[in-house]
Amino acid sequence: MLTKIKTNKLTPIQAITDGLRTMLKEREEVIVLGEDVGVNGGVFRATDGLQEEFGESRVFDTPLSEAGIIGTSIGMAMNGMLPVAEIQFLGFIYPAYEQIMTHATRMRYRTKGRFTVPMVIRAPYGAGVRAPEIHSDSMEALFTHMPGIKVVCPSNPYDAKGLLISAIEDPDPVLFLEPLKLYRAFRDEVPEEKYKVELGKGKLIQEGEDVTIIAWGAMIPVAMQAAKQAEEKGITCDVIDLRTLYPIDKDIIAKSMQKTGRTVIVHEAPATGGLGNDIISIINDTSFLYMKSPIERVTGADVHVPFWALEEHNIPTPARVMDAIHKVIDF
Amino acid sequence: MERNMEEEFPVIQIIDKEGRYVDGTYKNEISQELVQRFYRQLVCMRTFDQKAINLQRQGRLGTYPGFEGQEAAQVGSALALEEDDWMFPTYRDHAASITFGRSYNILSSWNGRIEGNLPPEGKNIVPPSVPIATQLPLATGVAMANKYKGSNQAVIVYFGDGATSEGDFHEGLNFASVYQAPVVFFNQNNRYAISVPVWKQMNSETIAQKSLAYDIPGRRIDGNDVLAVYFETKKALEQARNGGGPTLIEAVTWRYGAHTTADDPTKYRNQKEENEKHRQNDPILRLELFMKAYGYWDENWKDRIKDEIKKEIDNAVKGLESMPPPDINDIYDYMFEKPTWTIEQQKQEYINHWRGEMKC
Repeated sequence: MLTKIKTNKLTPIQAITDGLRTMLKEREEVIVLGEDVGVNGGVFRATDGLQEEFGESRVFDTPLSEAGIIGTSIGMAMNGMLPVAEIQFLGFIYPAYEQIMTHATRMRYRTKGRFTVPMVIRAPYGAGVRAPEIHSDSMEALFTHMPGIKVVCPSNPYDAKGLLISAIEDPDPVLFLEPLKLYRAFRDEVPEEKYKVELGKGKLIQEGEDVTIIAWGAMIPVAMQAAKQAEEKGITCDVIDLRTLYPIDKDIIAKSMQKTGRTVIVHEAPATGGLGNDIISIINDTSFLYMKSPIERVTGADVHVPFWALEEHNIPTPARVMDAIHKVIDF
Repeated sequence: MERNMEEEFPVIQIIDKEGRYVDGTYKNEISQELVQRFYRQLVCMRTFDQKAINLQRQGRLGTYPGFEGQEAAQVGSALALEEDDWMFPTYRDHAASITFGRSYNILSSWNGRIEGNLPPEGKNIVPPSVPIATQLPLATGVAMANKYKGSNQAVIVYFGDGATSEGDFHEGLNFASVYQAPVVFFNQNNRYAISVPVWKQMNSETIAQKSLAYDIPGRRIDGNDVLAVYFETKKALEQARNGGGPTLIEAVTWRYGAHTTADDPTKYRNQKEENEKHRQNDPILRLELFMKAYGYWDENWKDRIKDEIKKEIDNAVKGLESMPPPDINDIYDYMFEKPTWTIEQQKQEYINHWRGEMKC
């Protein structure tokens, strides 16, 4: 007998708040900290109402200090807490990079598990909202390259809550990237109860036969629009939402690639050293003989995110993805 | 009017260079047992340090950072801790670490062995932070968690004079001050960060005065007076435990030797002249003079402990040199609680290759 699960129609950012609330309620080791996350509820309102509900000892403002936020969160995690630290924008995380590289990702390794760091770093990322300089970075590959941290990037409300809960319960550090362009872009049904979306698993969000499009975060709507345009021309696409950027779900990529033989990878970040290259490696390792064409990447150039008057020129668009689809089809 | 920070933060002593009381506040707490414990540990640590340097010279140990001259600062502060307190030492703080419960096998880290990073089960001794000052925010975080949990544990974090120039120094102290975290910031001002003297490191007269910026207590103590170190650290720890927040302690001391065995201090200071001067202020000599002046000295006891210590250190070296070979699984198995598929695959590929090579 099916029991109806109670759901609410939430935006991605409301789903994140819901995920935080769920875990704050469930485990008293969970604390939420960062700049402006308390009374203000976060600059994007991701922590709206949480301080009021759970008190200042659970949800608190920190000094304006990214290395301090991450450094103290590491210490708290080593000492039995489950901190969820907010970095206001991914582009502001660099002062904390040392703490993440030196301690968060290394503590278990250099103590054979005597000290561990079960913490989550939440950070809005990505361009396309006409933000000032540095507010639009999407340097996920700086972290997927870093040993010892999982990197997660949801594209929709259901995954946002489920992945966030998995991240908080994960025994190791997790970087949780939130596509800020999608924060309020749409609503979807989100179960009220606690549920998890497993880390390390992508999702096939559209099925087709001819081309595999692989994307994540804010590039999912771009990939879906391109897939729709392709369909109008008789080309059908598998669209994979990667969801976790480290470790990558290689099976879902291989399975789809071995069906279509053609792949287009879409990401905002610069091409060189970008995650697209790791996906190409996975295809190379798992599906070389299935390839019907070279793999195409649609990415940002090897430049910083331009001042916003020009940013649209550097963000992959459905039209650019369509060009890539034609290239792999026409090869 | 210009403020004189050396006057505002006078160097706190309990006994002077000649081993005479200058402050009798703790007289009633100073017993034969206590001073013998201090003395034994100071001598033991100096013997250990000298042994380690000899081992390095003989090619039996990798690069090693000696701490001779800083024994009182490390031993005195470590003995002030309660068993379940937390310690964040630096790489030069083997005396503090061993005094607080690490085994002599800490040395194996200089032979590239991870075992040298591991405290005994249940001891909260974090392995040294290699990048300078990065451990300060961590220590503050541990202390914040203690406060959140209502635990009675305090935290001590060690760092040198060079560390005060890093941003993490400020961030660690500022967070501790804002959240009134139970942590003691224990600075050993040995006057040199490798070759750079403290007067080039900062334009402040003292390190202790930096506490003013955070509105927390700051103490400047004679780091070669083990009694002053012990009682001042104890006081700061008690204050932290009782909700009084953090303290910044500057223990003024001197390292006789090189930064590490790979360093040559004659390039940046007159070693002979400086050390002749500083030997007059030696922490072990001072305690010995004190024990002799106040009837705590026993020549037979001294001979006995010297023999004991020699045996202990010799055994430690035997232990170091009879370690089983390192476990290749350690490369892969501790990145995550459960290795990711990439690590699993890389491990299998390498181990297959390695086994194949061994067969050749």
